Amino acid sequence: MSTLLKVDSLGIQFGGLKAVQNVNMYMENGELIGLIGPNGAGKTTTFNMLTGVYAPTEGTITFAGKQIQGLDPYKVTRGGISRTFQNIRLFKELSVLDNVKVANHSLANHNILSSIFRLPKHFSGEAKMEEESLAFLKIFGLDVYKDELSKNLPYGMQRRLEIARALAAGPKLLLLDEPAAGMNPQETKELMDLIAFIRKEFDLTILLIEHDMNLVMGICERIYVLDHGQLIAEGTPAEIRSNPKVIEAYLGEEVAD
Amino acid sequence: MEWIQQLVNGISLGSIYALIALGYTMVYGIIKLINFAHGDVFMLGAFIGFFAIARWDMHFIPALLMAMILCAVIGVIIERVAYKRLRNATRIAALITAIGVSLLIEYTVIFFRGAAPEAYPTIFENPSFNVFGVQIDTRSIFILTVSIVLMMLLQFIVHRTKIGKAMRAVSHDADAARLMGINVDNTISATFAIGSALAGAAGVIFGIYYTRIDPLMGVLPGLKAFVAAVLGGIGIIPGAMAGGLVLGVVETVVSALGFSLWRDAAAFVILILILILRPAGIFGKNAREKV
Amino acid sequence: MKKSKVFWGYAIIALVLYAVVQTLISFGMVNTHYQNMLITMCINVMLAVSLHLVIGVTGQFSIGHAGFLAVGAYISAICTMKLGMPFSMAILAGAVVAMLAGLLVGIPSLRLRGDYLAIATLGFAEIIRIVFLNIDYVGGAAGMQVTHQSTWTYAFVGTAITILIISNFTNSRHGRACIAIREDEIAADAMGINTTYYKVAAFAVGSFFAGVAGAIYAHNFYIIQPTAFGFLKSFDILILVVLGGLGSLSGAVLAAIFLTFVSTYLQAFPETRMIIYSLVLILVMLYRPTGLLGTKEITDLFKFRKKGGTKV
Repeated sequence: MSTLLKVDSLGIQFGGLKAVQNVNMYMENGELIGLIGPNGAGKTTTFNMLTGVYAPTEGTITFAGKQIQGLDPYKVTRGGISRTFQNIRLFKELSVLDNVKVANHSLANHNILSSIFRLPKHFSGEAKMEEESLAFLKIFGLDVYKDELSKNLPYGMQRRLEIARALAAGPKLLLLDEPAAGMNPQETKELMDLIAFIRKEFDLTILLIEHDMNLVMGICERIYVLDHGQLIAEGTPAEIRSNPKVIEAYLGEEVAD
Repeated sequence: MEWIQQLVNGISLGSIYALIALGYTMVYGIIKLINFAHGDVFMLGAFIGFFAIARWDMHFIPALLMAMILCAVIGVIIERVAYKRLRNATRIAALITAIGVSLLIEYTVIFFRGAAPEAYPTIFENPSFNVFGVQIDTRSIFILTVSIVLMMLLQFIVHRTKIGKAMRAVSHDADAARLMGINVDNTISATFAIGSALAGAAGVIFGIYYTRIDPLMGVLPGLKAFVAAVLGGIGIIPGAMAGGLVLGVVETVVSALGFSLWRDAAAFVILILILILRPAGIFGKNAREKV
Repeated sequence: MKKSKVFWGYAIIALVLYAVVQTLISFGMVNTHYQNMLITMCINVMLAVSLHLVIGVTGQFSIGHAGFLAVGAYISAICTMKLGMPFSMAILAGAVVAMLAGLLVGIPSLRLRGDYLAIATLGFAEIIRIVFLNIDYVGGAAGMQVTHQSTWTYAFVGTAITILIISNFTNSRHGRACIAIREDEIAADAMGINTTYYKVAAFAVGSFFAGVAGAIYAHNFYIIQPTAFGFLKSFDILILVVLGGLGSLSGAVLAAIFLTFVSTYLQAFPETRMIIYSLVLILVMLYRPTGLLGTKEITDLFKFRKKGGTKV
């Protein structure tokens, strides 16, 4: 195993507010890691820094040997990190198939001229995109909906499409932001099986944000815990479960609620 | 001493822009709409003032007040009829509607009275007076006085009255304001009323200063006032005043340097520079989209 | 294979349409007034379709399209009148320079969003107009004499190429990238789309065809003046896209054809025309903010039932 992702003293300030500070993480190739923490702990902000949406104000992110902090999101994605969004962000007026094709975009190479003049390269390129995208839909059981507008999909299917779309961008590292949010236990179980499947099938490394501790404990090999923008613990599920700081962070939240 | 005169002219022009810009900035601050029709309310104000002074022999102050009151009413009608339904529409839909309202006002006026300009009556006996060897235009001083009084009045309303407090609350967070028992609809209407009254006043003093008014006169000053609002940081009241003054002075300087045909381009060059370099304006803070 | 059949179907319809009108013109059965209307119609279709690419497909709200029309008009007029170039070369030159102007405007301003972008494009269009106003070489405010060279053939071929290329662009991975930007720019970026590149590309292609329209426009009247390219002209183009449906190419085409009729018949009553236009803008936005066709194409209405899409 080798290190795919290394995060060194990462932090970001909004105005005077330090949203996240001094986060150190690493991920080995093929690991499935959980990132947990109470509401507002900075989990999504960390994701946003890893994917280039926010430029960190301190620290470095090294991915596959290259520093990527502050790169534009599309460059990060092309480099091999892709993500889903906590608050589903599908392309609503595009069909299910087209949603996946958009993510497949950067893997195709027919240029604008070949498309506007309908050169042979355009047809072969589009055919390849169609084939690959359909294959992803099939894995997620979405191929029957391929011509449906994505906004018309049921909620659980929209969450699945988010993952299918992220996968179509061809990542080595997949970041899943609360993929099971709003799902019932049955749907959640199916989703987790699916994640286990694609991880093997595509040789993926996965970082998973989850609010639900029990769920993460079940599938992750290691877990990072964020609270108030700082890492308060890391370790195996068993270690995390018995870590007093983690218990306090979560209990504190319940008391506050 | 030439440049002092130019500076005074620039400040006078700038204070007209500032008065119009205040309406833009207040409306944008509260409902995030570029009210394209605002320049046309300014035009209507100029015409109301014209009829009041030239046809009905009213004195200047009552004419000014009448223009302000009628424009306030027109502003509220526009808001209630066209914009109110668009609160939850996309920004583009709201913008297109505003463009539509603007064109509708302009061409309805042309439809009823034609596109020919009117000559404003003169209300000052002495066009200029002499201060330490500098010729100062009487009307410039007058415009400045009216503008300063109105801006002070606005500051008082916004910071010292209940409706002003409500306006600030709604522009900060409309939903929270509603939960706190503020009548958001009325507050928005009041914002339109105040902004439109200022535009109406600007129309009258524009007429007195430039003596020529026509149904399309609001288009360019309207756009430039918007530039002034962006320059000062849209949504910020002192910003609109400062932006208006800066723009007025810049335009006058460009004209004085012999580039009068380029004068109108100056405003747009400023706009583009500010949008690209500092989109939040001189006094604004940058906001980021939540992901 | 199915798709190429559809293409040849449209090609045949277009050819027949062209031939019928051309025959009527050759036999002198269409007077100059109607010929003018047909050419104006083509110009409006080109403008509508090119702006549709920017606003409807890519979701970038530009209200300065008249600026690129002006560039195409003036550059082509300079080519024919001052440099003695043939009309077809002048059209191409006008289009290319309009595209360059589009790049010049687009690269800085497309970083802005929504209404800020709208105002910036409007400002740029005004600057372009004021620049032409101040160049004595092209006649300044008095305008520039241009010979009448636009024919039905030029106008029709220009329109057909505009529609073909913009439709080809839209129905490819590049067009999908643009639509993704319209739908959710942040998600598009996260899926590996270079959003700036595609926004600028759509803007440049749109400006190119506005330039073609400008060249044909300039050579259809005997004079071009800066006043013809003010923001009222930009709004005229905007209403075509808005009425047809933000995101519908066929909607833009139909709106352009329909409104050309309307404005031809209201030519003697310009105020009435503008009052109707503005009311249409307001009413469409209040009651059907996506435009008449929304993002649907007219062809979707026919195949809707046959396909029997999956029920969800």
